[in-house]
Amino acid sequence: MTAHATQANASFAGRKLIGRAIKDSFIKLRPGIQAKNPVMLLVYISAILTTALWVVSFFGIQDAPSGYTLAIAVILWFTSLFANFAEAIAEGRGKAQADSLRASRRDVEAKKIPSAGQKEQITVVPSATLKKGDVVLVKAGEQIPADGDVIEGAASVDESAITGESAPVIRESGGDRSAVTGGTTVLSDWIVVQVTSEAGESFLDKMIAMVEGAARKKTPNEIALQIFLVALSIIFILVTLSLYAYSAFSAKQAGVANPTSVTTLVALLVCLAPTTIGALLSAIGIAGMSRLNSANVLAMSGRAIEAAGDVDILLLDKTGTITLGNRQASEFIPVDGASEQELADAAQLSSLADETPEGRSVVILAKEKFGIRERHLSQSGMEFIPFTAKTRMSGVNFGGNEIRKGAADAMKDYVQAAGGVYSEKCAAVVKNISSQGGTPLVVAKNHKILGVVHLKDIIKQGVREKFADLRKMGIKTIMITGDNPMTAAAIAAEAGVDDFLAEATPEGKLRMIRDFQAKGHLVAMTGDGTNDAPALAQADVAVAMNTGTQAAKEAGNMVDLDSSPTKLIDVVRIGKQLLMTRGSLTTFSIANDVAKYFAIIPALFMGLYPGLGALNIMGLHSPMSAVLSAIIYNALIIIALIPLALRGVKYRELPAGKLLSRNLLIYGLGGLAAPFVFIKLIDMLLVLLGLA
Amino acid sequence: MNAFLQYILYLAVLVALAIPLGAYIQKVMDGEKTVLSGVLTPCENVIYRIMHVQKDEQMSWKKYLLSVLAFSGIGLVFLFLLQLLQGVLPGNPQHLPGVKWDLSFNTAVSFVTNTNWQAYSGESTLSYLSQALGLTVQNFVSAATGIAVLFAMIRGFLRVKTQGLGSFWVDLTRCTLYVLLPLNLIISLCLVGGGVIQNLKPAQSVPLLEPIAVSAEGEIIDGAVIDAEAGTVTLDGQPLKGAQIITEQFVPMGPAASQVAIKQTGTNGGGYMGVNSAHPLENPNPFTNLFEMISLLLIPAALCFSFGRSIKNRKQGIAIFMAMFLCLVLALGVVALNEQLATPQLMQGGAVDVSAVEQAGGNMEGKEARFGIAASSTWAVFTTAASNGSVNSMHDSYTPLGGMIPMLLMQLGEVVFGGVGCGLYGMLAFAILTVFIAGLMVGRTPEFLCKKIEPYEMKWAVLVCLATPIAILAGSGIAALLPQVADSLGNPGAHGLSEILYAYSSAGGNNGSAFAGFNANTVFLNVSLGLVMLFVRFLPIVGTLAIAGSLAGKKKIAATAGTLSTTNAMFVFLLIVIVLLVGALSFFPALALGPVAEFFQSIA
Repeated sequence: MTAHATQANASFAGRKLIGRAIKDSFIKLRPGIQAKNPVMLLVYISAILTTALWVVSFFGIQDAPSGYTLAIAVILWFTSLFANFAEAIAEGRGKAQADSLRASRRDVEAKKIPSAGQKEQITVVPSATLKKGDVVLVKAGEQIPADGDVIEGAASVDESAITGESAPVIRESGGDRSAVTGGTTVLSDWIVVQVTSEAGESFLDKMIAMVEGAARKKTPNEIALQIFLVALSIIFILVTLSLYAYSAFSAKQAGVANPTSVTTLVALLVCLAPTTIGALLSAIGIAGMSRLNSANVLAMSGRAIEAAGDVDILLLDKTGTITLGNRQASEFIPVDGASEQELADAAQLSSLADETPEGRSVVILAKEKFGIRERHLSQSGMEFIPFTAKTRMSGVNFGGNEIRKGAADAMKDYVQAAGGVYSEKCAAVVKNISSQGGTPLVVAKNHKILGVVHLKDIIKQGVREKFADLRKMGIKTIMITGDNPMTAAAIAAEAGVDDFLAEATPEGKLRMIRDFQAKGHLVAMTGDGTNDAPALAQADVAVAMNTGTQAAKEAGNMVDLDSSPTKLIDVVRIGKQLLMTRGSLTTFSIANDVAKYFAIIPALFMGLYPGLGALNIMGLHSPMSAVLSAIIYNALIIIALIPLALRGVKYRELPAGKLLSRNLLIYGLGGLAAPFVFIKLIDMLLVLLGLA
Repeated sequence: MNAFLQYILYLAVLVALAIPLGAYIQKVMDGEKTVLSGVLTPCENVIYRIMHVQKDEQMSWKKYLLSVLAFSGIGLVFLFLLQLLQGVLPGNPQHLPGVKWDLSFNTAVSFVTNTNWQAYSGESTLSYLSQALGLTVQNFVSAATGIAVLFAMIRGFLRVKTQGLGSFWVDLTRCTLYVLLPLNLIISLCLVGGGVIQNLKPAQSVPLLEPIAVSAEGEIIDGAVIDAEAGTVTLDGQPLKGAQIITEQFVPMGPAASQVAIKQTGTNGGGYMGVNSAHPLENPNPFTNLFEMISLLLIPAALCFSFGRSIKNRKQGIAIFMAMFLCLVLALGVVALNEQLATPQLMQGGAVDVSAVEQAGGNMEGKEARFGIAASSTWAVFTTAASNGSVNSMHDSYTPLGGMIPMLLMQLGEVVFGGVGCGLYGMLAFAILTVFIAGLMVGRTPEFLCKKIEPYEMKWAVLVCLATPIAILAGSGIAALLPQVADSLGNPGAHGLSEILYAYSSAGGNNGSAFAGFNANTVFLNVSLGLVMLFVRFLPIVGTLAIAGSLAGKKKIAATAGTLSTTNAMFVFLLIVIVLLVGALSFFPALALGPVAEFFQSIA
């Protein structure tokens, strides 16, 4: 598809999204829905009240000129609609995603079997009737009927329905890649799956609920903010009620008619109430969730995103996050009189059959340094000895020679068992490489050590700077690795992480998390294996990889569909940005009130106390135009801020103090100044149009 | 210049005394050894034995609250009955009758809530017994209650995953015994030395230097010629019938100095005399005035430092102190400037000299000549900042903006130092609101002093902060609508509204000072103001203890570079902004129609 077509498609989708949001804005006018947001409920009731006042004005009960009352009522209805629209548009993206997910959740026929050993006794049942513990057989081309663990076989699976990633993934029994998700499709081979969740509770169901926002509960922080907003609204209700009394008193003392009408007071109330943040509050929350979904991370609750903002310890896996996944051979160091070429030659030979990235890098280095051509595996008489966890070495038997390469201690045992020598020189080189963060690979020919290959961990570009930024924000990074402490320390120093956990075991991780939490820290981690589950459950923010096991996924409070170990940093960013947006818009909303007072109060009481005209610093035209301008501004600012609410305020990795000054300057000072300018402009426009 | 030096001196003395006192109070309240322990610990233990108090009891917040409420409730009923029945009780050499129920209620509430709003003149309404056993006792214990609740809150911040906040009875006893009694003993002695009366004699009659004539209605007749021997009064040569010649004056007596000391230090404010510290026997000269004025803010200022020491974060105490102090200086500046400049009406087109050359100058209406502008303005700001309410000048007579500032200080919820204890816990609730908004802006869910601020704390913090605006707006709104309230006013128009507003602000801030023109002794005003005082005293106490209880049960969060600092200048600035913003948003319309309208009328 050309770029142009993509754009056209996006704008079509955008228009469809807006159309749907506009429709939803009206649907959301139902009292039941309005009641969920107290601040907007106040606007809603005000709109009904002013409409009623307008209606009764035809029966001679006139509170204010009926045209004016109507204008106020209409603007108030629009204010309600704008708030609904903000929420609807934020939900829109999620709803579209939910629709496509639903499409993949169709009921399929499942081949139920009594057990893995009885693959012939197939009973075909609808997938909806599957129970936990049932065993099903899924063959190539079939859709997996329910979430489960692979208990036998291996297959390539297309998970694009969930992850959006079209490259198939391997799912196999045993190990950390055993979890399969209902709704994904087996492309080749077959697997036997034991069902782990029933219809209605599957991962896909949860995912649909989450992206759609149906399962969205108000987070504790949202509730706390809402309490604050409700309290402010109550104060403003009292302010307007008491203003009526003061105004009546003052007018009586001065012997004139009370200048305030109910309509004007209602308008004043709505202006003062924190409607801007009230209208955008849920949109901000939904948009934050939506941003997380766009990053292909699925949060099990909104609470988890907020916790991500609070996290101050990141446990990062070394491989993939800090270093490129693969170690690379960087040097041949001969010992005990062997030449470098001799060593390179032996190392290359022993690595020919080694398909691991490390093995390949040895071959490449040998070619680069000495021009040793790749020899063919089919060369006669070559017998390859593969790597096993037990021997911890690999190699080749070739022309009567026995070439081996492997970990230092394994090689030591190997040569000494045959009467060879493990020299001090060799031990020193090994130690030296380890201390630099490298992995030493000892190479021996016929039980004589030739030298050591230096396998180097390659630190990803830019991670050092990234960690420095995180440190400025008060977030400590801790590298988790299976390497020995010396290697780990060297890599940690090079990558600029604050601390590391070497020779990490699941228990070690769990202990570390508990220790940090006891000191008052909030810890985030990623994990995939079943043995990660306890640590995931303990961490405050736990991102489970989608490739991981079912147990890991259940223990985490987020699932990373891309299974990328760097995702944790994005999750923290999204969490912080969500909270910042919420705080900034609250500040903006409250700061706005100052200008609204200056617009309305002087205009209202200039008749009673002409001196108050001095406070009419905007020079608004008349009491009515002042009230109308303020309330129109109040409605329009909601629409104007929707993009910001959806996008989130600009995020920077800065220390708390700097972030605060920045946001205060923009949203505090901006919130103070903006309404002065725009209310004046709206007033001028109203006068120009002859409406006031 | 002279005046300027005075302001600097007053503030400097205040700070210099507050710092060591703060250290002392912290030691006392945290149960550490102090210089007085040797003498007072045995007394303390005797009290506990008699009262069956367990010294190391750790009350849950609910039990602590229940103790506070029970203690205040019993005090309220006792004080109410004492006044009703004072006519038949001893200690009443003036033979004053029992006090009417509504006034009794108002006065009882007023003293139990540390407000000391007085709808009466002490010397002509209350017997010595009522003053000493009722009012003075409440002056001590209502102040001690405030400090106790504050320290319960501090423990909430300090403690981790526990329920206990200490024992109210121990806090109350220690505070009274170690802090209030010794401090007031010293101040009383100084005041007596300065000429404040302290005796148990009945009121004295003394001959006037010159007789005066009054009409049958008791009004002094200007320019009357009195022939004392013949007993006749003539005005412009015409004999006046029914005119009386007065040769003696009534001089009230009694134990004033002891009550004055605690009324100042305990932010009570209830004067022994009706005109409070403007009375020459209650505050005779600049020396006693300095003492009384500094006493006004001494404990509230000292508590900021105690707070910092107690939570082991002295910077935090200083930050809160700075926020309060800057507000105080700002307020003082506005009042001083306005009073010194006076108004165009006062200047009478230049006919009246308001310059400060060889005289106090400015607006001297309602101020005592022996104190002048500086000492009066400072007192006015201190007393309203401190939720004290004692006066040495009449706030009603201040210039419109000069009178607005004391009113605003009360409307802010009495958190610019505020009442002993309650001012600081009120400010801490504002600090919670501040970290809530500011904390979000740095991308963290809010925390204060390493404790997370969640919906429960937020709910109570907003109630603590908004109790005052709610009470003032509701009370004054209703009062403004009632025709009978208009009869109580001393002035019409905008100033009339200011009087109503001031009365409810005073009650709504638990302050107790009055705009003098207002006659508050009516059933409606006594009852409604009484209810307002109860509301703004006890709702924040409930809230503060609830927050303390919840915080004590939480774990501590580690502070990192990503944590919002609550000890730097930015936080001080934000805290001030939030306090002023809540005040301004709540009272902008009210003030616009009262003092601000009056101001614009005066310059028009």
